[in-house]
This record gives sequence, structure tokens and C-alpha cells, in this order.
Amino acid sequence: MRTVLILVKKELLQIFRNKSMLPLLTVIPIVQLILLSYAASNEVTALNLAVLDEDQSTSSHRLTHKFTASDLFILKATPTSNEEAMALIEMDKVDLVIRIPSQFETGFLKREKTSIQLLANAINGAKGGLASGYASAVIQDFGKNLSLESLASPQQESMRQGGIEMTYSNWYNPSLDYKVFMVPGILGVLVIILTLILSAMNIVREREIGTIEQLNVSPIKKYQFILGKLLPFLLIGLGLLAVGLLAGKLIFNTPMVGNLGLVFLFCTVDLIVVLGLGLLISTFADTQQQAMFIAWFFMMIFILMSGLFTPIESMPEWAQWLTYPNPIAHFVSVMRLVLLKGSDLADVGQHFWTVGLLAIAFSSLAVVSYRKTA
Amino acid sequence: MKVFWAFIKKEFFHILRDRRTLFILIGMPIVQILIFGYAVTNEFKGANIAVYDQAQDESSLDFIHQLQASGHFQLLQSPGEIEAAFQSAAIKMAVVIPANFGQHLYPGQSTQLQLLTDGTDPNTAVTLTQYAGLIIQQFQHQGRAERQAPPILVENKMVYNPALKSVYLFVPGVMALILMLVSAMMTSLTIAREKELGTMELLLVSPLPPFLIIAGKVIPYIILSLLNALLILGVGVYVFGVPLIGSFWLLIGVCMLFIVLALALGILISTKAETQQAAMLVSLMGLMMPTILLSGFLFPIESMPLLLQWISKIIPAKYFILLLKDIMLKGSGWYYIWTESLVLFGMAFFLLMASWKNFKIRLT
Repeated sequence: MRTVLILVKKELLQIFRNKSMLPLLTVIPIVQLILLSYAASNEVTALNLAVLDEDQSTSSHRLTHKFTASDLFILKATPTSNEEAMALIEMDKVDLVIRIPSQFETGFLKREKTSIQLLANAINGAKGGLASGYASAVIQDFGKNLSLESLASPQQESMRQGGIEMTYSNWYNPSLDYKVFMVPGILGVLVIILTLILSAMNIVREREIGTIEQLNVSPIKKYQFILGKLLPFLLIGLGLLAVGLLAGKLIFNTPMVGNLGLVFLFCTVDLIVVLGLGLLISTFADTQQQAMFIAWFFMMIFILMSGLFTPIESMPEWAQWLTYPNPIAHFVSVMRLVLLKGSDLADVGQHFWTVGLLAIAFSSLAVVSYRKTA
Repeated sequence: MKVFWAFIKKEFFHILRDRRTLFILIGMPIVQILIFGYAVTNEFKGANIAVYDQAQDESSLDFIHQLQASGHFQLLQSPGEIEAAFQSAAIKMAVVIPANFGQHLYPGQSTQLQLLTDGTDPNTAVTLTQYAGLIIQQFQHQGRAERQAPPILVENKMVYNPALKSVYLFVPGVMALILMLVSAMMTSLTIAREKELGTMELLLVSPLPPFLIIAGKVIPYIILSLLNALLILGVGVYVFGVPLIGSFWLLIGVCMLFIVLALALGILISTKAETQQAAMLVSLMGLMMPTILLSGFLFPIESMPLLLQWISKIIPAKYFILLLKDIMLKGSGWYYIWTESLVLFGMAFFLLMASWKNFKIRLT
């Protein structure tokens, strides 16, 4: 045990002797946290709108006004022909064109079916879907009011009050702030990635420089060597988490409802998986450049399929299965569950089990494949 | 000329010898486009919800049935405490039906239905409320539709991407990312390596003029980049059915422009960086991160703070992605794309000049 402690001390001394290491572990994660939290938003805050009004009646003007009155839609143009409207979409000037056909008002008053056409620029599919969804809701609402006004008789008047009123509230994040959602997830990803890169590069560097031979011929055992290499990075990873949580609290005022000890405990188990992976990468790479590319390749896959940006539930079934061996996916959901909702150990138990099994599997794989004889 | 060919050949050997890196350079675009095409999607597929039915009458059961029949909601029976269900991530929304729910059937009476959503994921919360709202509306309209004026029909038309597939957006994005990686990062690394190992001196004292040395260094990467671009395009078009409406050759021309720009960036970085690690860090932080975050392929630029929107204007990948989308999805010709092309051309010219100037200084 003493040998391991001495190795850990030596490793930490070596890491922090590099003057650029401390800023790398504090400033860069914080800058990235800020940058990512502001940039990584799938929120739709404004939609550029064009209204092609072929009716030019009181009702069509009122409908247009209903759109301009909302904060979400910005009326950019009022084209007069279909071609003009299409050109606006093609040049990315507007996201949505609403075409109100002639005879819209008269048709409506005659109780005939009237229709309004929505053209959404759907190159960004999610945005196009949201745009037409919001616009449909506005039009439906408008139609309901219009038909209520045209119901004159008192017997029908009573219809107006009847019905189901829908109220809704969004728990844990009442204002639906996207940053509340993103900050814990981004923090988790940053901790995992930095630890993975640092640990993978460290051993490869020793191999590239040739100092690994000296460690190999020393009388320490294989498990002592591996523990001595991995424990410092475990400590660094946990330190990163502490720095990040502090930054999240101070800069974004991220809610931290749950037990922080649970977060650190889970992070420890998750980091064991990551460190095992880092060790595996370093045994398969000869140069830092190779290690870097391999680490990058896995990280891309891990991050994209972690549920950080797009919900895991939206993935096809086989892809959802692939998220089980993904340490980033588990950490992102545990961070969100515990910090934002205050989930306890029983709630995140399944994540603990999975990651625990992964930790055992990866570290034993790494230990087996590591050869003291280079 | 013969010496030049030999030089290019030597550079190719360098690339082909490192099998692992080559494998990743070819494999990464394919894996990325497959992930983006199949797994990374915002499509709403449905969610688990809980219903707390305080009424338990015919009308409320009818409503619950309708919620289930919509196919968007999987009902969890006996959800226990709503809060606990949220905390264990078992449900995304809870519907609370009040005891007097049946009242809405009578004229002049109304009842309040409460929706509680898990707001931690704002987009899902909004989508869920929208779907539930629609179902509630339909439920209300039943049985009294004939007494009312028909509602206004809304015809939705999704221009350019009728099925709302996210892969349409990701094919141009992955292209920009991979071309940046291969052209800029690999070039800067390979030149930095020659400097680190000291072999750059050998090349510089050879009878080849410096221009040809650099040309010989980058030509293999141009070929590799083009190969990658075609690969991504092929997977996008043939596997995912991304349309290629505009001119193929215009597309290739734009790709070449972007590759030249990225190479110029790579050379510029390598003239400044002395070690591979420095080159790698600068490429990762200065090129890859902005390309991923600020080029508008993962996150819409319009929703970012103004400062980031301004920064995005100097990101070459932003213009490249716009051009790709215009040509592939809209089939735009020159008239619509000349501004973006001009911006890219100007950037490429400026970067080439800058790297040329810096490289000459190294010689003296």
C-alpha cells in the first residue's frame, strides 16, 4: 500500500510540475462550460415569418396581427405571390410562410371548411416542426375565437364557458430555462473527457519518451503500477467535478437539489470505467498522436449518444441498448437526476449497478492487456 | 517534376504506413454519419406518463382511453407518488383529472385539467404539453362538432425536408467537420512532426523550392479529403436518401474551395507551432470546437447570445455548411450562393497569403 501511495505522490508531483497543467484543469473547463452552455441550445426563441395574404379582409388582418403580437414570431415580409414567398424561403430570409387564401373570410362565415397553408423551411427538421406546430396552435386558437364570436344565440352562447380548461406547470424548471438542463450534463461530459485524455496520453507519453522501461524494471507489481497511474487521475477528475460544480453554482446558479455526496460517489465509480478505458487506449497506441485520435473517435460516439443534446428515448431501440456501456450517458443522466430533481440512491440505483459492472469489466480488461514487458 | 512526384509518393507512404490513424480517418466519417442518421434525433417518439384520475367516471375513463389511443403516451398504471415517479425518471408528464371532470359535459360548466411536466428537459416538456393540448381539444370537440362551425384546417407543408429528418442537416455538418480534421489538423500535425524530428531542415535544403515542398505535403491530404467528402456524400445520398438537387460539380467545387481554405489554416498553424502537441491543441481548441459549436449544424446560431453570433461570422464552416445545404437540398444555382462563395474565397485567399508569408520567414 505504501508503494502505491509513493507512486501516486510521484505522479501528482510530475503532473503539476508542468506549469500549464493547473490552468488546463481550472480555466479551460470553466471557459468551456460557459461557452457550451450558451452555444449548445436547441431552444427556438424567434421565428421569421412571412404572410402571403390573398384575402386582405378584416379576418385575415386580425390573424396576421395575432401572429405579430406574439413574442415568438417576427413578421419579416408580406410577399404578394407564391414565387416571391418561395424565394424568401430559398434565401433563408424567413422560416415560415403563412398563406391565407382569398375567400378565407367569406368561406369561414358561410361555415364552409376553410384552409390556411403553412410552408415551413424544414432543413433544420426540429425547428421546422416546432415552427409549424406553434403556428398551427395560433391559427386554431384564432379559429375558435372567431367561431365563438359568430355564435349569436344565447343558447349557444353558453357553450362559450363550458369545456375543459387546461392548466400546466413545469416542475423543477418552471421557466423552462435551457441552461438549467444543459449545465449539469455538460459538466459531466467535461469531467469524463478531460480525465480520459489526460490518462490515455500520460502512459503513452512515458512509452514515447522511453521512461516506461524504467518503471517496468522497477520491483513494483503490476497492480501497484496501474493503481499508481490511475489514482492520481481519479483525484484530478474529482477535483475537476468540484471546480465545475462551484462554477456552475456561481455562474449559472444551477439548482443542486440532491445529495452532492451521491454525485461524487457516482463520479468515482464512473471514473474507474473511464480510467480503465484510458489505460486500454494507451496499451494499443504507440504515439501520442495515435492515442489522441483513438480517444477522440470514442469520445465523439460517447458524446453524441449520451443523451446530452438529444433525448435517448428518441433513439431507435438498438441505439438505446448501445448507451448501456457508455459511461458518459450514465453520468449525464445521474447529474441531471440528482442535481435538478433530487433523486436518491434508490432512484439512480440502476445506473450504479450498470456502471459498477462496467468498472469491473473495463479495469480487469485493462489489467489483463497491460504488459509490463513492453 | 520527377522529384516532385517522388516527394508526393513519400508523403503518401507516411500516411499509409500509420494504419491505425488511417483507419480512424476513413472510419470516423462513416461512423459519425451513421450515428447522426440513426441515433441523434429530436423526433418525439412518445413518452411515459402517469394519470391521476380523481374522477373515475365514464367521461374520465373515456379521456384516458383517448390519451392512450393517440399512440404518443404509454400509460403507467399505479404511478405511486408523482414526485417519486419524476425522480426515478419513470415518467415525463403527469395528468391530474379533477373529481368534477364530468361537469364539462354540461353547458355552462367547466372543469380544470392539470398537466405536470418534467421541466428539466424544456423541449420535451413543450412538446408533451402541445400533444396533450391537441388531444384535449379533440376530446372536447367530440359530440358537439356538428353544432359548431368547422375549425380552420391547417395544411402543413415542410419545404425541402418533408419527413423532418435531422440527417439532412448533419450530412453537411459532418462534411465540414471531417474536412477540417483531415485537411487542417492532419496537415498541421504532419508539418509539426517534421519540425519536431528535425527532418524539415533536410527537406528545406533539398533542391525543391519551398512552394513545391508545401504542395507535395498537402496534395495527399487533398486527395484524402476529397475521398472522405465523396464517402460522406455517398452514405448520405444512398443510405439516408438525402437529396442532391443541385449541380454535383458545383458541390465538388465548393468542397475544393473549403479544402484549400482548411489546408491554408493547417499550414498557418504549423508555421507557428513547434511541437505536435501544440499543433494538436491549437487545432482542437481553435478549429474543431468552433466548427462543432458555432457553425450552426448542431445548434441554431439564431438562438445564441449576440457575442457568439458575431464570432460565428468568422467561422469558415458556417459558410461552407450554408453552401452545401443550398446546393444539395434547395438546388440553388450561382445567383443564390455567390455571397457565401465570395466570403469563403476571400478567407481562403487571405489565409493562403498569411501562411505563405509566415513560411518564408521560417526560411531565413
